[in-house]
Amino acid sequence: MATYLEFIQQNEERDGVRFSWNVWPSSRLEATKMVVPLACLLTPLKERLDLPPVQYEPVLCSRLTCKAVLSPLCQVDYRAKLWACNFCFQRNQFPPAYAGISEVNQPAELMPQFSTIEYIVQRGPQTPLIFLYVVDTCLEEEDLQALKESLQMSLSLLPASALVGLITFGRMVQVHELSCEGISKSYVFRGTKDLTAKQIQDMLGLSRPAVPIQQGRPLQTPEQPAISSRFLQPVHKIDMNLTDLLGELQRDPWPVTQGKRPLRSTGVALSIAVGLLEGTFPNTGARIMLFTGGPPTQGPGMVVGDELKTPIRSWHDIEKDNARLMKKATKHYETLANRTAANGHCIDIYACALDQTGLLEMKCCANLTGGHMVMGDSFNTSLFKQTFQRVFNKGFNGEFQMAFGASLDVKTSRELKIAGAIGPCISLNAKGPCVSENELGIGGTSQWKICSLDPSTTLAIYFEVVNQHNAPIPQGGRGAVQFVTQYQHSSTQKRIRVTTIARNWADAQSQLQHIEAAFDQEAAAVLMARLGVYRAESEEGPDVLRWLDRQLIRLCQKFGQYNKDDPNSFRLSESFSLYPQFMFHLRRSPFLQVFNNSPDESSYYRHHFVRQDLTQSLIMIQPILYAYSFHGPPEPVLLDSSSILPDRILLMDTFFQIVIYLGETIAQWQKAGYQDMPEYENFKHLLQAPLDDAQEILQTRFPMPRYIHTEHGGSQARFLLSKVNPSQTHNNLYAWGQESGAPILTDDVSLQVFMDHLKKLAVSSAS
Amino acid sequence: MSVNQQAHTGPPYGQPQPGYQGYQQPAYGGQPLPGVPQSQYGAYNGPMPGYQQPVPPQGYFPSLGFPSKGSPVSLNSDTSSLAPNFIGSLRAPPTSGAPPPASGASLPSGHLAYSQFGHGDVQNGIPASAAPMQRPPASQPFLPGSAPTPASQTSTFQQYGPPAAGVQQLSNHVAGMTIGSTTASAPPPAGLGYGPPTSVPPVSGSFSATGSGLYTPYTASQGPPPTSVSQGLPLAQPPFPSQPISTQRLPTQVPGFAPPPSSTGIGPSSYPPTTGAPRPPSMPGPPLPGQTVAGPPTSQPNHVSSPPPPSTMTGPHPGPPMSGLHGPPPPTHPPQPGYQMQQNGSFGQVRGPQPNYGGAYPGTPNYGSQPGPPPPPKRLDPDSIPSPIQVIEDDRSNRGAEPFVTGVRGQVPPLVTTNFLVKDQGNASPRYIRCTSYNIPCTSDMAKQSQVPLAAVIKPLATLPPEETLPYLVDHGESGPVRCNRCKAYMCPFMQFIEGGRRFQCCFCSCVTEVPPHYFQHLDHTGKRVDFYDRPELSLGSYEFLATVDYCKNNKFPSPPAFVFMIDVSYNAVKSGLVRLICEELKSLLDYLPREGNMEESAIRVGFVTYNKVLHFYNVKSSLAQPQMMVVSDVADMFVPLLDGFLVNVNESRTVIASLLDQIPEMFADTRETETVFAPVIQAGLEALKAAECAGKLFIFHTSLPIAEAPGKLKNRDDKKLINTDKEKTLFQPQTSFYNNLAKDCVAQGCCVDLFLFPNQYLDVATLGVVTYQTGGSIYKYAYFQLETDQDRFLNDLRRDVQKEVGFDAVMRVRTSTGIRATDFFGAFYMSNTTDVEMAGLDCDKTITVEFKHDDKLSEDSGALLQCALLYTSCAGQRRLRIHNLSLNCCTQLADLYRNCETDTLINYLAKYAYRGVLSSPVKTVRDALINQCAQILACYRKNCASPSSAGQLILPECMKLLPVYLNCVLKSDVLQPGPEVTTDDRAYIRQLVTSMDVAETNVFFYPRLLPLTKADVDSDSLPAAIRNSEERLSKGDIYLLENGLNIVVWVGVNVQQGLIQNLFGVSSFSQISNALSTLPVLENTFSKKVRSIVDMLQVQRSRYMKLIIVKQEDKMEMLFKHFLVEDKSLSGGASYVDFLCHMHKEIRQLLS
Repeated sequence: MATYLEFIQQNEERDGVRFSWNVWPSSRLEATKMVVPLACLLTPLKERLDLPPVQYEPVLCSRLTCKAVLSPLCQVDYRAKLWACNFCFQRNQFPPAYAGISEVNQPAELMPQFSTIEYIVQRGPQTPLIFLYVVDTCLEEEDLQALKESLQMSLSLLPASALVGLITFGRMVQVHELSCEGISKSYVFRGTKDLTAKQIQDMLGLSRPAVPIQQGRPLQTPEQPAISSRFLQPVHKIDMNLTDLLGELQRDPWPVTQGKRPLRSTGVALSIAVGLLEGTFPNTGARIMLFTGGPPTQGPGMVVGDELKTPIRSWHDIEKDNARLMKKATKHYETLANRTAANGHCIDIYACALDQTGLLEMKCCANLTGGHMVMGDSFNTSLFKQTFQRVFNKGFNGEFQMAFGASLDVKTSRELKIAGAIGPCISLNAKGPCVSENELGIGGTSQWKICSLDPSTTLAIYFEVVNQHNAPIPQGGRGAVQFVTQYQHSSTQKRIRVTTIARNWADAQSQLQHIEAAFDQEAAAVLMARLGVYRAESEEGPDVLRWLDRQLIRLCQKFGQYNKDDPNSFRLSESFSLYPQFMFHLRRSPFLQVFNNSPDESSYYRHHFVRQDLTQSLIMIQPILYAYSFHGPPEPVLLDSSSILPDRILLMDTFFQIVIYLGETIAQWQKAGYQDMPEYENFKHLLQAPLDDAQEILQTRFPMPRYIHTEHGGSQARFLLSKVNPSQTHNNLYAWGQESGAPILTDDVSLQVFMDHLKKLAVSSAS
Repeated sequence: MSVNQQAHTGPPYGQPQPGYQGYQQPAYGGQPLPGVPQSQYGAYNGPMPGYQQPVPPQGYFPSLGFPSKGSPVSLNSDTSSLAPNFIGSLRAPPTSGAPPPASGASLPSGHLAYSQFGHGDVQNGIPASAAPMQRPPASQPFLPGSAPTPASQTSTFQQYGPPAAGVQQLSNHVAGMTIGSTTASAPPPAGLGYGPPTSVPPVSGSFSATGSGLYTPYTASQGPPPTSVSQGLPLAQPPFPSQPISTQRLPTQVPGFAPPPSSTGIGPSSYPPTTGAPRPPSMPGPPLPGQTVAGPPTSQPNHVSSPPPPSTMTGPHPGPPMSGLHGPPPPTHPPQPGYQMQQNGSFGQVRGPQPNYGGAYPGTPNYGSQPGPPPPPKRLDPDSIPSPIQVIEDDRSNRGAEPFVTGVRGQVPPLVTTNFLVKDQGNASPRYIRCTSYNIPCTSDMAKQSQVPLAAVIKPLATLPPEETLPYLVDHGESGPVRCNRCKAYMCPFMQFIEGGRRFQCCFCSCVTEVPPHYFQHLDHTGKRVDFYDRPELSLGSYEFLATVDYCKNNKFPSPPAFVFMIDVSYNAVKSGLVRLICEELKSLLDYLPREGNMEESAIRVGFVTYNKVLHFYNVKSSLAQPQMMVVSDVADMFVPLLDGFLVNVNESRTVIASLLDQIPEMFADTRETETVFAPVIQAGLEALKAAECAGKLFIFHTSLPIAEAPGKLKNRDDKKLINTDKEKTLFQPQTSFYNNLAKDCVAQGCCVDLFLFPNQYLDVATLGVVTYQTGGSIYKYAYFQLETDQDRFLNDLRRDVQKEVGFDAVMRVRTSTGIRATDFFGAFYMSNTTDVEMAGLDCDKTITVEFKHDDKLSEDSGALLQCALLYTSCAGQRRLRIHNLSLNCCTQLADLYRNCETDTLINYLAKYAYRGVLSSPVKTVRDALINQCAQILACYRKNCASPSSAGQLILPECMKLLPVYLNCVLKSDVLQPGPEVTTDDRAYIRQLVTSMDVAETNVFFYPRLLPLTKADVDSDSLPAAIRNSEERLSKGDIYLLENGLNIVVWVGVNVQQGLIQNLFGVSSFSQISNALSTLPVLENTFSKKVRSIVDMLQVQRSRYMKLIIVKQEDKMEMLFKHFLVEDKSLSGGASYVDFLCHMHKEIRQLLS
């Protein structure tokens, strides 16, 4: 039999699902004792090369409260042409089209290998994709130029039928009309005044002429698609126009006196963008792409005043409750984000500046709508340029790797309830029998809206076992979960992807080993981390850490093997062995530690953490470190200070950064120019190897990581030093001898110390 | 007047009839009879009253009476400082006797005869004032000489003269008094030429005498002798005796008495002549025509004279005349009963009839009724009452030749209608400042008593003719202009340097200030600085200082101003072709922006905005290939969407601007937007200027009531039912205070708003104009704009408006020497405190009227000083101070005040005062107040300066003899008495227009210029002589041109020769003339050329391009033309000149009694 590892991997491959537990404890009580909740990471649109979509409607359970989709788990009576819903046990007639089914003539959705299946359905009018650029003009000339070029370039990447629109902002907000010949027109809005959607539409002339409503006569609202055409035009039509328009974009002309920040009306610009789409194309796939080069400095959503002498808020200010603008601004952007999400649109934020740009306040725009968030130093960096380009990446089948307006419906068998979800989604507030009262993440619903998603977008979904201890599940009983994701494909098709999975129940008292063995510590680490990050958004950092610690200790107590009060006797089984280490690094990660990070950076990191898939998430939690040396082929090494050796080149991938670190000796060799000498070509190859590997990562990662090439003693080496386990510090340097590694100047505890404490606490009878 | 009179007189009797008949229908005709006598009487009477009082003077009276008519006299007085009084009187007599005298002085036509008279008069006058005794004789001689025509008069004169020089004097005085105008003039002469001392004293004496001893005696004597009737008769007889008329007169007088007096008052002089002339004939004929008329005519003349009768009545003339008139009338009435009534009515003003007047004057109905009851109502002979034309002509001929040198304090400048050059020798040119009086009463009591408003009409940036030099620019260096430490007055010619030039004493507050070292200069032996002539600020009345940074906003030198063109592109504007027209015009017009003298190109930047319900800004930065349009829909909270590229240099952005102006009409060609906003447009302009940190001007082209949802949205609140109610004032008030606040902001930024309106219906000028008005901008209104007809006018206005010299961000302060203080200001500006007049923009046509009040006694020695300082930003962005200084005399005698008044300026003030009054009071109240004030002015004169003549005589100061006619014009103007066809917007428009007018403009606006085109000399480039604004003066066979500064109306009589029509209009017959023409066809013939050149000449003179209207006689459009004939009764109920004069007289008499 395949190992659990294989099983897990196989399931992930096929369904894009990873559960923390792959054998489920069969009672609520036992489940809570497992410490790590029953939960899964779901990648709804996981790329499946081998999954051709079927071109018909799914068959639904006829019970209105259920509406589960026919799946391989359902029992089918081929003779009666009936099927029983495996969630509600409703018996359903097959629709007429299924008249010919039999055991040998099964529709795809009944075949076990199609536990995940995708339907293409014809529903509603197909509307083209919409891309609305919202561009900050308060940029340095160089930055603006680079941004303009990127935007112009992007036009060629868009599908020809896509509609594009342009809003620029600085002190004012300009909505550019794209249809006109000759004079270029734009509608201008004051950057300090928040407007309702209605006002915006009125001012843009988008509202239909007021037709007096006469009673007794049904009001006809003839569709006037042309009305909005002034601002959103098909790319192929106004390609040239827009290129010129972008080319003529000027820096915001309003003078910025010394000691002032430029006045930047990001809040209003976004509000107008949202209002524009809201009025013209509700519930269609649309991206609002915000490019900003600094913090909003006026109007609603203002993050910092225009006085340079007032620095933008820091964590310190926030802790001291000194960030007076933060709450208001956050509220503004939250309102916007919710509106956007309600309309099924998404907001991307591309923020490039050396200082903070207010991502903390604006993060919800991207978080709630599934938009991208990209943070860079300048628009004139490859980080931005390539990341932006990658937004328009196409998949293997030549289709954009983006989908819009998805809704995720989760159905569970009776023993399970849904506690919540964490990811780039909002609740659709669908109450139902399978919704738990205990919330984890965004709860209280069985449906979520994900306005934008790509093949890697991953949600964490938490369940609660509700089966009572005294109502044992029959032997061999399986719990099932069905994920129904409806979305607009980038080809504008409406699609539905249905994933139905089942897991065995096990009695935790008698079959704990099974459960233990089926523990997916990677998934569990990520799921716990998401919970931790989710909490960190609203709670004090130390509280979250304490909570995490407690969970870890409880887990160790539950699953460790030890003698009471004997730390040395403590052992963890293989399926748990890595978990404490993940937790150790998680505690040190920027997702939970704000020290040394600006609020914007924290928001940025957290944003990506809660949407990336498991592999990426793990990299984020515990960066990967490869060593290159003459001693052998490149090998992954411990993320430990002891790995930092003079004759090694290290390549660290933290997801956000790729660091290439030349050891002391290597660096000296390089300075001496050995790589240029033919006789040291091998050295040259050694130098080149990590670069090539880094390049590979850079090519595929979104957003593109910050690429750092440094060496021993280099200032940028801090990126590496801050990540590795400080096994050697200035405190214990001599104690450990000088055999190897590099001391880290920190007071942080090292993994060893952490583990010691953990063992001590786990075995302690007091806790 | 005099001329006319003379003319009349010349043919007196013979003509009279025809004249009368022609003139005044039956009534007049009727009058003739009595009129003749009356006229004479009138004249006589007129004088008579005065005369009557001084019985002896009778002779004088005639003369006097004439003098009174002698408005001409007044002219004389003006021209020849001699003894105006006398002259006046003399002339008056002449008129009565023979118009010549009166006109003589003034009028060329009558000159000969007049001259004699004039001389005689003069002599008389002189004698009277200087050496009454002697001169009288002299005059007498003349009189006799002149007498020929007015033999009777002369005789009377002589007789009187001889009898008692003193008497004569008295009489003269009286006459002068009666003449009013004459008297007024007289005093001055006395003051000036006559041996001021002697004359003055005498004059004063005599005047006071009237009031006091001397006069009283006379009056007494006069009174007794003349006893009204007897006097009248005797007097009349004496003078007339020679003439048969006299006898007639007597009889007529009786009935006409009332008339005569009234006529005497004003008309007397004129009347006499005309009446005189006509009368005789009428007399004979009178019976016939006279019929009822006969009676009436007399009465009419009486009307004018009517006062006299009363006076006579009141005066010594016991009842007789009185009775004769009023009481008596009845007797006479028998035939005239009706007349009397009417007369009474008319006269009644004087007496019981008042009601009629009340009605008549305001309502005219009485008058109107007259025609109905043709017979009774007699009218004053229009020719006998003071004629504006005559006065203007006289002044032109007398004062037009010599330059007006401003070196002397308190000099009255020539009339605004006179072309004259000014030499600045220490006082500001009258082109900059004109005062209602150049002699200010020393005490506030005097000022109150006289009721003459003390006001200055200031046009700080007035355009000068090319012959005169612009104010010099003085730079006092970094420390700025030298000023008094205490009152901050600027260095001026009146500052007194003391202590060898180390200090100077302020002429305004007497404070002594150190002369700054860099400004020190030694004094010469006369105490004048050695560099006196090198420094404009020491030797000239007007000059400019270069302002330092202290005088600038925010202590920063200003940027060059900007012009923003804001064009309504709603459906109406586009459809009418207006948008295209404006855009086309702007393309070329932008090359003519105002620039500082020597600069190569204008420093002014331009910007463009179009709007309907939303605003469109345009980026026309030179670096752009195409203009960019920025739409701002957030009209509730206006802002400027761009900074760089909105205001640009024309030359740099030429191609972009051209491209924009080409595209604007195209872009909006298909617009269906009919709603507009307005306040946000101004806000936008204001914000643009704010953002650019400069002052500037907005040119807004607007078509409709702003009903779109936005701040400053307006309702249609036009309601004609409010007219003549207490709520009428609301029509002039802005609907909302929003615009007032906006105006305040505009002023603070120096944002001047010029408004071009093209309404097809009510658009609430009263509200829309608020900002324009308070920022010193101009409003232009083109109702029912049509491309074909209004294009030229609009474009010319636009060109002028864009090109004219203008100052921005201006603050004006008027400082005065101790004793008086500027208390009230009229004009287009904003005041945030009580002293500083703030104007966002001030152009060369804008005028501010300032009223002064006493707060202390003034001294005759030091006089009074005004210094008007205007701080402004020139069109090149230079901050400057323009200073105008004016010194005035002060007087302790009211006569001096009345002798140095300027009626045109006074009317300017009164009109502005009244037009402001309609904002807060019912129109009727305003009108009554105006009448009352003028009555008080004249009554005060009568009481204090004129000889103690009979109360029945209307006596006008020479300088103010046109006050009644002009005042009547003001009262009849559309604002104060709207006709049915006058829209609310028109009224509001005119109200605002008048408020910024200078004296010349108000003059022609209220009393339009009427030129007989067919009389034009095609070979010279001069204008034909103007005629008076009365239908009676029109001949069916002629073509006339009337202009009032806003319109030019060409009136074509039905009998005009076909050739002329062909020449002028290019059509073959009268009926083919199209009255839709807005320009005269260009035809190659001398007449057409001449007429067009006249039209062009007139257009050039006015600050606005006048609308040309062709009116055919007996066409429905003629109503419009008749509306401008201000001496006639107006359709809206305005009184005719004659009627009003009578009413005025009545009012005065009431005040006196």
